[in-house]
Amino acid sequence: MEKFKTLTSTVIPLANEDIDTDQIIPARFLKSTTREGFGNNLFRDWRYDSQGDLKEDFILNDPSYSGSILVTGKNFGCGSSREHAAWALYDFGFRAVVSSYFADIFKGNALNNGLLPVQVSDAFLETIFELVKQDKNTTLKIELIDQQISIPGTNHKEKYNINAYKKTCLLNGYDDIDYLISKKSQIEQFEQTHKEF
Amino acid sequence: MGKTFFEKVWESHIVDSVENEQEILYIDRHFIHEVTSPQAFEGLRRRGIELFRKNKIVATADHNVPTKDQHLPIKELLSKLQVDTLIQNCKEFGIDLYGLGHPYQGIVHVIGPELGITKPGMTIVCGDSHTSTHGAFGAIAFGIGTSQVEQVMATQCLLLERPKTMRITINGELQRGVSSKDIILYIISKLSTAGGTGHFVEYAGSAITSLSMEARMTICNMSIEMGARGGMIAPDETTFEYIKGREFAPDGAALEEAINYWKTLYSDEDAYFDKEYTFEAERIPPMITYGTNPGMGIGIDETIPENDSESFKKSLKYMNLEAGTYLLNKKIDNVFIGSCTNSRIEDLRIVAEYVAGKQKADHVKAMIVPGSKQVEKQAREEGIHQVLADAGFELREPGCSACLGMNEDKIPDGEYCVSTSNRNFEGRQGPGARTMLVSPLTAAIIAIEGKIVDTRNYVNKVVTA
Ligand code: SF4
Repeated sequence: MEKFKTLTSTVIPLANEDIDTDQIIPARFLKSTTREGFGNNLFRDWRYDSQGDLKEDFILNDPSYSGSILVTGKNFGCGSSREHAAWALYDFGFRAVVSSYFADIFKGNALNNGLLPVQVSDAFLETIFELVKQDKNTTLKIELIDQQISIPGTNHKEKYNINAYKKTCLLNGYDDIDYLISKKSQIEQFEQTHKEF
Repeated sequence: MGKTFFEKVWESHIVDSVENEQEILYIDRHFIHEVTSPQAFEGLRRRGIELFRKNKIVATADHNVPTKDQHLPIKELLSKLQVDTLIQNCKEFGIDLYGLGHPYQGIVHVIGPELGITKPGMTIVCGDSHTSTHGAFGAIAFGIGTSQVEQVMATQCLLLERPKTMRITINGELQRGVSSKDIILYIISKLSTAGGTGHFVEYAGSAITSLSMEARMTICNMSIEMGARGGMIAPDETTFEYIKGREFAPDGAALEEAINYWKTLYSDEDAYFDKEYTFEAERIPPMITYGTNPGMGIGIDETIPENDSESFKKSLKYMNLEAGTYLLNKKIDNVFIGSCTNSRIEDLRIVAEYVAGKQKADHVKAMIVPGSKQVEKQAREEGIHQVLADAGFELREPGCSACLGMNEDKIPDGEYCVSTSNRNFEGRQGPGARTMLVSPLTAAIIAIEGKIVDTRNYVNKVVTA
């Protein structure tokens, strides 16, 4: 996993709420047996029409927006547990997603892949959407050590929460497996007395 | 202070509490399927590590399989590759696979319970969000991502932050024609798709405890649709009776010992829940969804609500429906009866009982897909397939089918499908498909009538499933 410290970038705003992982990557594109290449089909049915042509009115197809931060409406990533959703966002080039609410499994999947979910207040989210509407070049600065998200050139900033262990993992590029493997003898000891009925 | 039974089960699986609110949770059973496991096996190979406990893993092929002519090679090449990869991986790592052609094959959340693998007090995970189904037995069961699938393969453990607890109590008696699917659609419509986020739900109350095991599974199955990590129901005599005699269930003294333990799995009177909701069973109507998330549900005789939000409008536009209008009498072209929510033998019995001696509407295309080989077999033994055939339906072979539009079974662009599955997301049943979630009984009635009607006008008894 790649390390994450600070990210400053323009953003792609996607105001829809309750975006489920079937939208992020539809099931028919889950047939790969590797982790790579899912970015091509990110938001597939919103980006392409049934002929496979780009839909011009979808924000990801608007060349005047760019950046590695996706800003979206609340309850992002609900529905299916498919980690392919996090892989697709990462593969497309996103390194952080900002929303006022994330679905649990998606949040975990994102953190396990170096994609930072930043949960902000509804008001802060509104402010971002407002400012980006006025100026597409608005940037966001996301600092992991201070757990702060800010809009450079303005006074807008906010602290966000992240589990301290997950934070350490992201800062160092560690994943959970290394940690769990280091606990193997303890796990074996637990099994000695654990009874499964 | 007393404990919730979620806490009792959780705490008996903690290997270690580590810093920063993380706990190492031991996992008793790990189900895998073809879609979310290949990258995990690949990860193990890359790291050069072995499976930690291969006898705690059970595999099946369900998402990507055809539901016709399963004895023939899979036609779609990518699907075939994924299913073949699972076979290869299971062989290489020594995992029990109930794949195509095996008498136990089926949707992962249907086969676990029917084989007696799912039991009270267990921790169960699978790379699939509807793992919450197994909570009906009083197990802590939840969906995980592929990185976590790899963690469990490598260590039989997960590193987790403990979820909060929620109790949803439903007391009283159901109206006629109302079933467990309506209960859960009703709850989600009240709590929204994010109402349960961060929580593990316990369902309680007389309307829940009077349900059959299969009906309880339908409820727990859809816990994830309100954002909850999982849902569970305290085990009782109904649970024990269901487990007895199943393939992998304990018997004799071992069963007795198990039941004695299972009986301790209830929430203490003074247990604390972070959130509590109570609903009355009498108020729950037969439900139907009109939008593109499972929280957008109404009583079948109600009008679509008004709402100014952009997301809401987009949703209605996709469904080609208007706020303020009735769904009643709307013509329906497709009916799908299947999925891990409603494809068990009780569901098929309810459908067969209703359609017996009737004919489906000419314009309706109906798919009835059993949840497993065993369900299919039993349906044949009971003559259900014949009843269905006489009424113009066909019983297919088991799999996820049109629940997710990943295999050959899809709903055509722009058409409506009344479905017993769990998700009505845009494109879930195929690009452009318009899904309306209902109970199996409602689906059966609509298949006969060819349009949306009020379930209560067609039956005069309470459904127990
Ligand atoms: S039936 Fe549908 S919801 Fe259930 S496991 Fe299969 S795809 Fe997932």
